Amino acid sequence: MRKTATIISLGIVIILFVACAMLIHPFGQPPADMDDYIIDNAQTETGANNVVTSVVFDYRGYDTLGEATILFTAVTAVMMLFRATKEETIQ
Amino acid sequence: MSKIVRTITNLFTPFIFMFGLYVIVHGHITPGGGFQGGAVFASGVALLIVAFNSATVQRYLKEHHLSTIESSGALMFIGLAFAGIAITFFCNVLVGSSIFGQIPPEGSNPGFIWTAGVIPLMNIAVGLKVIAGLSAIVLVMALSSSNVRIEE
Repeated sequence: MRKTATIISLGIVIILFVACAMLIHPFGQPPADMDDYIIDNAQTETGANNVVTSVVFDYRGYDTLGEATILFTAVTAVMMLFRATKEETIQ
Repeated sequence: MSKIVRTITNLFTPFIFMFGLYVIVHGHITPGGGFQGGAVFASGVALLIVAFNSATVQRYLKEHHLSTIESSGALMFIGLAFAGIAITFFCNVLVGSSIFGQIPPEGSNPGFIWTAGVIPLMNIAVGLKVIAGLSAIVLVMALSSSNVRIEE
């Protein structure tokens, strides 16, 4: 019973994947305006030669804030984990 | 580790640190930035921990100092983001001012340090954060695998 349910759900997922692959847009269509705008204007608006950095730190600053938060959470988790095992050994 | 590894580490570590700082500070001109340069710097710290003892490295790098540096980097980043709150969050307020405010000529150019407004300062803030964070992760894991007591 469980086996048949697994096979049926896997089949549905595979059919969905194939359908998505068939129905996907052709490459570069529809044309996006945002990247053209950034490539044309980033150097004059922010003054940075490195357009990638101007996107990461200026146009998409929220994304970098999230990355910094992820790093902070990782450091906190590692400190907490290893300190807890250490205290157990000490006591 | 053996004496050969320790000697080569002594030779190479200043160059690794200097390259990491170069990638951070020139993030608005050349490829790289705060995250990448911080990872290069932290790999130098990891090389020190591998070559010497983790207890030896801990004498010079304390975890609570690293935590302080990381938190101050995060605060500097958020403060620079709030500096443009009069227009929008993350507005580049320093473009056109006297510090980091120059606009380079459009197209290919040799690259100028005093450009890009708030971006180099944000690179430095994120670089400090990544240096301290990754070094703290590597150091704490190395210390707990050897039997050294971790202080607050």
